[in-house]
Amino acid sequence: MSSELPLLSLVIWTPIIGGLLVLAIGSGKHVLEARVVALLVSLLTFAISIPLYVQFDSTTFQMQFVELYPWIERFNINYHLGVDGISMPLIILTTFTTVLVVLAGWEVIQYKPAQYMAAFLIMEGLMNGVFAALDGMLFYVFWEALLIPMFVVIGIWGGPRRVYATIKFFLYTFLGSVFMLVSLIYMYFQADSFAILDFHALQLGMTEQILIFLAFLLAFAVKVPMWPVHTWLPDAHVEAPTGGSVILAAIMLKLGAYGFLRFSLPMTPDASQELDWLMITLSLIAVVYIGFVALVQKDMKKLIAYSSISHMGFVTLGFFIAFTIFENTGSWKGAAMGMEGAIVQMISHGFISAAMFLCIGVLYDRVHSREISAYGGVTNTMPTFAAFAVLFAMANAGLPGTSGFVGEFMVILSAFKANFWFAFLAALTLIIGAAYTLWMVKRVFFGEVANDNVAKLKDLNSREFIILSVLAVAVLFFGIYPAPLLEVMSVSVQHLLEHIAQSKL
Amino acid sequence: MSVALPEMFVLGMACLILIIDLFLTDKNRIITYLLAQATLIGAAIASMGYQFGIPEIAFDGNFIRDGMGDTLKVFIYLSVFVVFLYSRSYLQARNLFKGEFYVLGLFGVLGMMVMVSAHSLLTLYLGLELLSLSMYALVAMNRDSSYASEAAMKYFVLGALASGMLLYGMSMLYGVTGSLELAQISAGVTVAGADNMVLVFGLVFTVVGIAFKLGAVPFHMWVPDVYQGSPTAVTVYLGSAPKIAAFAMVMRLLVDGLEGLQEQWQGMLIILVILSLALGNITAIAQTNIKRMLAYSTIAHVGYLLLGVLSGTQSGYASSMFYTIVYALMSLGGFGMIMLLSRTGFEADRIDDFKGLNERSPWFAFMMLILMFSMAGVPVFLGFWAKLSVLSAVVEADMVWLAAVAVIFSIIGAFYYLRIVKLMYFDKPEDTTPIDSEIDVRVMLSANSLAILGLGLFPGALMGLCVNAFPA
Repeated sequence: MSSELPLLSLVIWTPIIGGLLVLAIGSGKHVLEARVVALLVSLLTFAISIPLYVQFDSTTFQMQFVELYPWIERFNINYHLGVDGISMPLIILTTFTTVLVVLAGWEVIQYKPAQYMAAFLIMEGLMNGVFAALDGMLFYVFWEALLIPMFVVIGIWGGPRRVYATIKFFLYTFLGSVFMLVSLIYMYFQADSFAILDFHALQLGMTEQILIFLAFLLAFAVKVPMWPVHTWLPDAHVEAPTGGSVILAAIMLKLGAYGFLRFSLPMTPDASQELDWLMITLSLIAVVYIGFVALVQKDMKKLIAYSSISHMGFVTLGFFIAFTIFENTGSWKGAAMGMEGAIVQMISHGFISAAMFLCIGVLYDRVHSREISAYGGVTNTMPTFAAFAVLFAMANAGLPGTSGFVGEFMVILSAFKANFWFAFLAALTLIIGAAYTLWMVKRVFFGEVANDNVAKLKDLNSREFIILSVLAVAVLFFGIYPAPLLEVMSVSVQHLLEHIAQSKL
Repeated sequence: MSVALPEMFVLGMACLILIIDLFLTDKNRIITYLLAQATLIGAAIASMGYQFGIPEIAFDGNFIRDGMGDTLKVFIYLSVFVVFLYSRSYLQARNLFKGEFYVLGLFGVLGMMVMVSAHSLLTLYLGLELLSLSMYALVAMNRDSSYASEAAMKYFVLGALASGMLLYGMSMLYGVTGSLELAQISAGVTVAGADNMVLVFGLVFTVVGIAFKLGAVPFHMWVPDVYQGSPTAVTVYLGSAPKIAAFAMVMRLLVDGLEGLQEQWQGMLIILVILSLALGNITAIAQTNIKRMLAYSTIAHVGYLLLGVLSGTQSGYASSMFYTIVYALMSLGGFGMIMLLSRTGFEADRIDDFKGLNERSPWFAFMMLILMFSMAGVPVFLGFWAKLSVLSAVVEADMVWLAAVAVIFSIIGAFYYLRIVKLMYFDKPEDTTPIDSEIDVRVMLSANSLAILGLGLFPGALMGLCVNAFPA
């Protein structure tokens, strides 16, 4: 089934053009108008993205809503868009999150609010572009262009060390991606096309595959981020404004993971198999070691940033245990569960990390401190907010009944089929995650009112209440009933696994 | 005769303007300016009203008119047109608005045209010297500035040295092949063989001469001083159109004349490229003067530009040509922005002068952001496609390692472009004087930057133009 409207182009270009419109409106005194337009644009984009889910045919792995126009003929680059069961949910996650981000920055951002809103809308369009691109060069263009608005957002509206953080963010990610560019050019000369699907079918030798795999790894590992190239993330998160942190955690990190699914695994399956030990080791280090690092953080945002890295470790673990499971069981069923679990984890982490950062934002807007020690006994003054925060903290710790549980559980379960110790180490996160999250909750929310600042806190206003309730519903819904998500992706995941089972040598 | 019509037109007009200018008072100097601009437009019409087809060789094999030449010339006119437009109010404000600027500028254009269309060593040299002499005088135009005099002196001495090297190389080429004409040299190289010692020696000196003119490391010493010392109006001239002409010189000498020695010059160019990328990008980081920073960035860009040439394929040449044109456009915008911010008694040439531009003028901060990200090679701006073209040319020539080296240096390069963006957007302005440049500069500068963005979204046409210039 496909729609008459070019839906994918619309979800990319509506926010970009809308963002420029907001810039044009808000340059003078029309700040409120700019905010309203930004909200309308983000709602409109979200509305446009709904049919992507409704009309999606989950019985086929073929790309849907395909649009194909020649773009640059000299290099055979096409404006080629399409989604499958893996990318479609991520697009909806993006459009959904952007609405929340626009709302979250509503009255908090007083310095050049129009530029702020515009930057997020443009980013939304570019992120949708990354998920929808079926041409390698188009993907790269969106991927890189994304750095510019994020660079500006962190640098203008960030905290005290924003300049350091944003330059580090930019250079790290730029470093990662330029090698991907060289790989793409190399494959272009092999395949005579930049189409991602042509790259999937391309036969490559082992040495080539390994080099390409490593180049992609650098690009995606920086973005995920995987240990040891994760150090930009805590800096960027801490210094970014709330909206920036939300977008970073909820969507940008998913870009890297998505890259593994769309590029590394299907284009270089043999190298992926050869180097899966490396990926598994890095993932487990992220899960366990970074979990411990999170435990000792004094800054709430930093704590959640490290927890994000740890959770993303689950995602990459879920992707790369597939090969071991296949060797052990001879069937792709178990591997499919791991991979689906990883994708569920991506989506769920999108909701939960967004919620956690928004909660921190709520506190920060009132007290202007992110230090855990600056709080204590917030429950007494903000009971409604505390209820939400505890729910999201539980989800972050992977409590059954929340979406955080589903993905982690599926990944751990399939890790058992690969190797007991993989599963053992991964399952440690349930303890460590609970420890750092709940300990933070205890220190911030429970106990006596710690100081005057806390005593003066006012509970959520209606805007904040709406944002957090929407997220709470999402977290609980996918925790109790993840089936809609799993159904959409299962055929695509199965196809991906079948594809990577075939050696390209 | 119609083969050299644009050249004759520019020559005639330049002489005419020289005479007319004598009878103009300072009040009416604007007429000189308008005539100069009209000359460029006329030359563009003359060059474009010609069918790209079989190359035509005239004047006993000394002169060639072909697709590459005509395309390059049109971009030379365009660049100089933009330069004249940007610099009018700049010159007026500094009491430099004199006829010489335009006359010398037009003679420089003529020199570039002759270089582009040269088909013998002699014509090439003639064009080069015509350009260089005009440039020396232009650099020294601000007689009261000791920086400018120093820059002119340095430029003259080093330029003369480079010309000498080039001439020496040419004499050896002539000695072996017995001809000055490029086609016959090309044939002579085949006869003499690529391992002929004198020929290779001649090649070395030729490459040195070219590297001097382009400003490739280790022959780059003049670039930062001259860029910084010249009035910005001259720097923008120097940084744009002559690069296009220098690219043509590379093509005429190395490809049209010495393609038989490709293996030899490829190795030399690889060294020049790596050194230029490394030194240009790393040294630019340490600069506090933006003209000097852009000078080092030019050196790095020359490195990228040569990547395409050294791959030795038609598509490689086309990608270098694309890179050159794109670079000229970006360079125009970058220096134009400095002139926009400057005013009487204030040159705006320190990097810190860009602080807080987003507060003073969000629009032009955005324009500069486009230019900086484009120079850094970030999609979707035009600079990215230029980098993609040259990188793909070297990958196609099985030099993936060189592409990897080039991208590593582009990361280092990104840092100093980012710093400008950082200053504009994240810092508070040092002075809050409103930007009061004239409307034509504002419009042109906006058009210039938006072209970088627009052509970045749809680079196909410009790329196609460059590919067509090199029929397989």
